Amino acid sequence: MAGGIKKFVVGCFDDEAVLFPAVKNVRRKGYKIHDVYTPFPVHGLDHAMGLRETSLHTAGFIYGITGTTTALSCISWIFTKDWPLNIGGKPHFALPAWIPITFELTVLFAAVGMVLTFCYLCQLSPFIKKHHFHLRATDDLFVMVIECTEKTNDEEVQTFLKNAGASEINVQVAETGWWLGRYDKEQKLYRALETGY
Amino acid sequence: MSLLKYESQIREPLVDGNKTYHQVTVDIISPIEMKPTRLWYIGFYISVALLMFGVYSIYREVTYGIGQWNLNKTIGWGWDITNFVWWVGIGHAGTLISAILLLFRQGWRTGVNRAAEAMTIFAVMCAGQFPIWHMGRVWLAFFIMPYPNTRGPLWVNFNSPLLWDVFAISTYFTVSLLFWYSGLLPDLATVRDRAKTKLRKLLYGVASFGWTGSTKHWQRHESLSLVLAGLATPLVLSVHTIVSFDFATSVIPGWHTTIFPPYFVAGAIFSGFAMVQTLMIVLRKVFGLQEYITLGHIEAMNKVIVLTGSIVGIAYITELFIAWYGQNPYEWYAFKENRANLFSPYGWSYYLMMFCNVMSPQMFWFKKLRRNIGFTFFMSIIVNIGMWYERFVIIVTSTYRDYLPSSWSTYYSPSIYEIGFYVGTFGLFFTCFFLFAKYFPVIAVAEIKSVLKTTGESYKVKMTDLEKEDAEKFYVEEVEHAH
Repeated sequence: MAGGIKKFVVGCFDDEAVLFPAVKNVRRKGYKIHDVYTPFPVHGLDHAMGLRETSLHTAGFIYGITGTTTALSCISWIFTKDWPLNIGGKPHFALPAWIPITFELTVLFAAVGMVLTFCYLCQLSPFIKKHHFHLRATDDLFVMVIECTEKTNDEEVQTFLKNAGASEINVQVAETGWWLGRYDKEQKLYRALETGY
Repeated sequence: MSLLKYESQIREPLVDGNKTYHQVTVDIISPIEMKPTRLWYIGFYISVALLMFGVYSIYREVTYGIGQWNLNKTIGWGWDITNFVWWVGIGHAGTLISAILLLFRQGWRTGVNRAAEAMTIFAVMCAGQFPIWHMGRVWLAFFIMPYPNTRGPLWVNFNSPLLWDVFAISTYFTVSLLFWYSGLLPDLATVRDRAKTKLRKLLYGVASFGWTGSTKHWQRHESLSLVLAGLATPLVLSVHTIVSFDFATSVIPGWHTTIFPPYFVAGAIFSGFAMVQTLMIVLRKVFGLQEYITLGHIEAMNKVIVLTGSIVGIAYITELFIAWYGQNPYEWYAFKENRANLFSPYGWSYYLMMFCNVMSPQMFWFKKLRRNIGFTFFMSIIVNIGMWYERFVIIVTSTYRDYLPSSWSTYYSPSIYEIGFYVGTFGLFFTCFFLFAKYFPVIAVAEIKSVLKTTGESYKVKMTDLEKEDAEKFYVEEVEHAH
């Protein structure tokens, strides 16, 4: 599931306090921010970039109620229809006694479902490889990646980033998306050969 | 742009020293990149040896049956279930630190949450061993899972607390593991991107799931952590509540008490924090992480210990009072003769429990002692012993004399294989912990970085200027502007 080969201008920032105004200026200028890679969650950066709120928690809620329904429907069917056990003459439909399991399954479904959805949305999995614009993006650099379209003058973007306070600027032609690969090997998608870059 | 979040000078810094983001990475990750020390090997081999003894004990138990343990006519639950409850309890502190303190926005959790969560997972793994091997015919263990089967289908009893335990413990383990690992992904990516050798690149590349640090991913990651914390909080309370139901829903004097759920949960957090202290004090020393796990962290945990220890103390006294006030002769006998009577066969264990869990933690009202590392380490051991005895008291003193005096058991002392099983779980726990400490970042690197500029020592100093400013002006100009 690769997004294709594109050309990017990469600007690295040392400080998130410099990054914030830079993001705002880049957007004001009309450049297309591909992504900003940060070593830790920078609060408010998603808003500054104009990303919409995630609905992951809504998914979590839906998984949760799925768990609740699964537990209640299974237990009540088993204990009232499939095999009604007489336990000291007590009611077969013993709802209070089922609360613990219902609760546990709600939590289990919500947690497992959310983590799987998270991995799916972010395309995370073992043996998945993605292009890394800068290795120190997971260490101490805030890496802003601007996508070049036909209209973009990449030298202009570079000067612009320099003025915005970027400490390191370069141009990269990179594959977006992910491919199956290992981090100890240089592996590119086959499509890299076909394009003219 | 100045600081968005103001932190009072009165609060201690969470990260000491003059740190940059890169320095944080180096400090926490470099122990992974170095060869293990001789001390690590010694500790690891001892753990493996203990684990092997545990495996042998289980082998004896499976081959010859539960008769290898000294359980008898009235004591059907002895060391085995004591250890189970003890280990589950220890696990609770990890979830408390990572989930409840996240919801309460306690910044100090960032220094200790990773290792505490790892502790949770390993402790639950150890706890799970006890009910599984207690089944005797362990090859039929899958009978506890409800699935349409060829035996009727004969279903499990959904009204039984023992089955609730199956669901609670397995859910707890799964959710803790997911929570821990999803938090680990960004840090494993940091290790991967620093890796020099091929093997390291391969292994951490696989383990980090191709994490890049994209803003959108971080946004989802934050949302995921918050919801998982919100789920884990009631979960952790439910787990020990359900464990306490194993006892509370029975009609055994000394067990059928409605106070058990909150009492067990408080006790679990109490013992869990003691175990966190034991591990952290060693860890910070061995890996030189004193600047990240500061005296402030240790003091904060000691405050939790004195609080939960006191709650447990109130529970003990309430339980005793109600046994007398309730006027049930069997209940009162269990408390008066089996426990509170120092000269009864197990009286000593009741007083040992009282001393370790209620009396000794009161020393932590003194700030000097809360901040004394040696004393804290000593106390953490005392509390763990005390909490083991609490479960022992509940289980053994309630069962060794039942309703019929002719079947009162003789003195119960564990066999070598019962002890071996317990020792073996220590082996399992520490083997896992040694491997974790060697191959994983023991402190949440990304989380430390996210609080560094507000709570790091060298950054906090700059806030003194802010303190001189007019608060209203600061709010209007900085905080509102930022939104």
